[in-house]
Amino acid sequence: MTAPAIELNGISKAFGPVQANKDISIRVMPGTIHGIIGENGAGKSTLMSILCGFYKADAGEIFINGTLTPIPDSQAAIRAGIGMVFQHFKLVQNFSVLENIILGVEEGALLRPSLAKARKELQHLADEYELRVDPDALIQDLSVGHQQRVEILKALYRKAQILILDEPTGVLTPAEADQLFRILERLRAEGKTIILITHKLREIMHITDTVSVMRRGQMTDTVKTKDTNPQQLAEMMVGRKVLLRVDKAPAQPGANVLEVDNLRVTDDDGVDRLKGISLNVRAGEILGIAGVAGNGQSHLMQVLGGITPGTGTVLLNGQELDLTGKSSDGRSRRKRGIAHVPEDRQHEGLIMDFSAWENTVFGYDDDPAYQANALLMDNGAIRAETAAKMERFDVRPPDPQLAAKNFSGGNQQKIVLAREIERNPDLLLVGQPTRGVDIGAIEFIHKRLVELRDAGKAILLVSVELEEILSLSDRIAVMFDGQIMGERLPGETDEKELGLLMAGVREEAA
Amino acid sequence: MSKMPKWADIVLIPLINLMLAFALSALVILAIGEDPVEALILMVKGSFGSTYGWGYTLYYTTNFVFTGLAVAVAFHAALFNIGGEGQAQLGGLGVALICLYLPWPHWSLALLGAMLGAAAFGAAWAAIPAWLQAKRGSHVVITTIMFNFIAAALLNYVLVNLLRPPRAQDPSSAKFPEVTHLPTLHDILSPLGISFSKSAPANITLFLAIAACFGVWLLIWRTRFGYQLRAFGKSEPAAIYAGISPTRIIMITMLISGGLAGLMAVNNVMGEAEKLVLNATEGAGFIGIAVALMGRSHPFGVALAALLFGFLYQGGAELALWTDIPREMIVVIQALVILFTGALDNMLRMPLERVFLALRSEGK
Amino acid sequence: MDYATLLQVADSTVRLSVPLLLACLAGLYSERAGIFDIGLEGKMLMAAFTSAALAAVSGSVWIGLLAGIASSMLLAGLHGLASITFRGNQLISGVAINFLASGLTVVIAQAWFEQGGRTPSLQGAARFEPITLPLAETLQGVPVFGPLYAELISGQTALAYVGFAMVPLTWWLLFRTRFGLRLRAVGEAPEAVDTAGVSVIRMRFAAVAIAGVLCGLAGAYLATALQAGFVREMTAGRGFIALAALIFAKWRPWYALSATLLFGLLQAVALRFQNIDIGTFTVPVQFMDALPYILTVVILAGFVGKAIPPRAGGEPYVKER
Repeated sequence: MTAPAIELNGISKAFGPVQANKDISIRVMPGTIHGIIGENGAGKSTLMSILCGFYKADAGEIFINGTLTPIPDSQAAIRAGIGMVFQHFKLVQNFSVLENIILGVEEGALLRPSLAKARKELQHLADEYELRVDPDALIQDLSVGHQQRVEILKALYRKAQILILDEPTGVLTPAEADQLFRILERLRAEGKTIILITHKLREIMHITDTVSVMRRGQMTDTVKTKDTNPQQLAEMMVGRKVLLRVDKAPAQPGANVLEVDNLRVTDDDGVDRLKGISLNVRAGEILGIAGVAGNGQSHLMQVLGGITPGTGTVLLNGQELDLTGKSSDGRSRRKRGIAHVPEDRQHEGLIMDFSAWENTVFGYDDDPAYQANALLMDNGAIRAETAAKMERFDVRPPDPQLAAKNFSGGNQQKIVLAREIERNPDLLLVGQPTRGVDIGAIEFIHKRLVELRDAGKAILLVSVELEEILSLSDRIAVMFDGQIMGERLPGETDEKELGLLMAGVREEAA
Repeated sequence: MSKMPKWADIVLIPLINLMLAFALSALVILAIGEDPVEALILMVKGSFGSTYGWGYTLYYTTNFVFTGLAVAVAFHAALFNIGGEGQAQLGGLGVALICLYLPWPHWSLALLGAMLGAAAFGAAWAAIPAWLQAKRGSHVVITTIMFNFIAAALLNYVLVNLLRPPRAQDPSSAKFPEVTHLPTLHDILSPLGISFSKSAPANITLFLAIAACFGVWLLIWRTRFGYQLRAFGKSEPAAIYAGISPTRIIMITMLISGGLAGLMAVNNVMGEAEKLVLNATEGAGFIGIAVALMGRSHPFGVALAALLFGFLYQGGAELALWTDIPREMIVVIQALVILFTGALDNMLRMPLERVFLALRSEGK
Repeated sequence: MDYATLLQVADSTVRLSVPLLLACLAGLYSERAGIFDIGLEGKMLMAAFTSAALAAVSGSVWIGLLAGIASSMLLAGLHGLASITFRGNQLISGVAINFLASGLTVVIAQAWFEQGGRTPSLQGAARFEPITLPLAETLQGVPVFGPLYAELISGQTALAYVGFAMVPLTWWLLFRTRFGLRLRAVGEAPEAVDTAGVSVIRMRFAAVAIAGVLCGLAGAYLATALQAGFVREMTAGRGFIALAALIFAKWRPWYALSATLLFGLLQAVALRFQNIDIGTFTVPVQFMDALPYILTVVILAGFVGKAIPPRAGGEPYVKER
């Protein structure tokens, strides 16, 4: 019996208090494509970064072709024949393709012979695997798909026998992705071992031989692809955790509060992030947006919150909002009655070095109630109000003077919620309300959101936690690739169906 | 939980860093064959041993409070204004023009006018780098350095070609009219029956500096603008989320910073020299960097650090007078303070954090 | 203006450009590797003093040169320690180094030589003498080229020739060797270098060390070739002009040569003519002094082509989150 190309044994890795990988073991046979699937933050990328020497594992062993092979740094990984294509390419933007290829594996002190050799080798690889790129083009002038080819070529040029690709299709068009899969199949035929990290079920079913599922830093299972199906994988991915039931009466929706028509956003790099979103949220209902992170949900929240400009029409209570950013910003949105609990609590929602009381007026600091006179803020009044808010929202410890960074994730989130909910907004935008939040706080936060709904407010909820979407929403819209894939009622759908929509698979294809 | 108790962060670390800077300075003094202990005694006596010494120490302190506050305010918005020197020089020009060309009936009115001129000229000199940072993304550090040199050349031109009285040799302006002369500490204290050296330059501007400290404290921690400024300095994405305009913060902060640096001129140009001379700032703008770093960008800390540097400057002058240790020893100490409290901060912080973490886990 | 005057101005331009060029190239290595260096001035000043001091004491300019380089490298090492090892603020570190040099040079000079912070005047072998190139005398009679060769090309000091030779050498090293490839990569995308199995820290320290050597040469040139000894603050802002030239040159070696020659010309003209009359209008000498800085601000503002610094410049490299 041949030894596995890769065998990981009890790999663990923590970043500070966060356990990214916990006791992970896995075996991958040579000449196969092995998929690793899991939700965002499940620890897939960390595991692979350990395998390619970018991070050092806290514990565990790595065997390559049956031999114990410690991989303390990138050099060791290259020697062991491991090549990695990171999700964020590690390329020098203003270097040519050839220069990027030879970086670190130059033949000698002079570049000319290395470049000549690489040029020849590149021609050879291009013929063999159809990996064609102009060797003299600068990286910054290449499309994302071609940049990815350069990364694959880099690995092959280093004689990699094991190729790891981290979410390789996330940045590709469907046609480019198909091309990539043809290349991967060819590599497999040559006897190379490939690990494909993805959260897209379609890809797993399409190309892998075996698949491992990761959840919350742990490896839940490894199965043969032909013995499984997307529904089963979706189940393993999302997990069968205890369903947190949210007690809520049926919604009593009123008039439309938010009407969005053909909303489009193009980011600074010219990538279309929202490709014509249309939706509406009524008073007294929660519209949940389900989707894998990075499919445009963040941009939706930001353009509604006045942070990013966009095009299209957005009506709030029938009045049009400015989307150009010329006469609007986060502050003007708040004045119009939109409160916003941002997805990134630590970089947007809170100033981590500010005390709790300073954070409870963030964005509302121009409220006359907080001014002592024309010049000064009434810090005493703010502190008193904060203390009361912390009481009402059960923030622990209830100390307004404590800096935000010293609260736990759940209590940080309660501070943000207290700030946004108690402004009594018409519309609440809330992103990832329970990310990094402990069970007890989750329950509390969910209850508050439902209370707000029952008070007749409109809530737009974005979450990557399917279960949260299912238990909180009155209606569910699924986003994929900047578009709405479909709307469902929570009572008439389940995690499997939503999971497939989230992966970009429409019913007829599944 | 924070990695370190607050007192360690704001007292212990600066203190150890200061000790390190002083220890190395002592080694330098030893190396050039002088006695550091004797030098210290001489410095203390020279700067605090007489009202004359106090008068000079407080005069220097006043300069450094203004330039230190200028750097500190910008630091709070995560801006590094190295241009205090140039801004203070321009402030001097403002003071000179106000004092020379307007007919003042009384020194108090002249003082108000000079303050306005000094702050306006200093702020104007900071406005261009600020605008370039906010709108064109040019790094404010590099542009303010360039503006220091441009200011020096400009002042040189103005003094040599425009402000120099006919037939005068030195590149300096005419003496300011008698009426604009500011009361010194001697003038202020003698009615109260306290005798203070007549020849020391400390003047009423000292109280302005104290007021400025209080004003900056209010601005940073009590006003809405200060709140937004700090928020922007801590996290730009959060500021944008909240609807705080980065351009507005950068512009106003740099105007305030430049204005504070410019205000220094009231002390040295109007209060001491009573005319505008070449290189009137004598590097005080740069000392502001050390003062702000040492003072942790807090007005109270800045005031203390300014006093420390005032002591060093006056003490250093005494050293140069009575020993073979040249004045430039102060520049060495200043460099070491910047090095340890600024650039090498992590050298001490990393191991100390580990110590405190270990202590805490043991205490559990 | 006759040909002789023109040649004199050109010669003076060359002499004044050399320290700017060396310092500018020093900054180029450092910043190309992602380490901002506003401490060029300090390193130059320190080297100027130590080279003059050791040359005066030993009587040999070469010992002086070595000492100058060593002292400059010491400061460069300090910058590396602060900004690479301890991930401190590179700008603050540069400021500290400038003050350290400014103070230490005078303190030590005063204690050592007791001449008010200067070194004794250097004579004979303690100073770099002009080198007369072959045929300079013979060709003197040839019109136009003869005097040009004799006065401008020949008769510069060894360090001047080294300085100009550094331009093609730097270009070659940066764009034709493995070392250069890695150096440029580490200033653009350190994570690419790291994943390629090359040490980011080692590359950055190497760049900072080269900057130390070049600043050492620049300082030694000032004190032992351009002048005959050290006087306090003798660099007079040249480190900052070099920094300006570096931005002006968009971090490229040949452009650096042009930029420093331009700034050298401005200095030479200011030195020779003081105020320049253009018809009815007089350009004051102070304007000439400020011109390098004004030009740099204009460049920085992006009004005349955009100066894009190395992408990873000023940021300490932190791998783990």
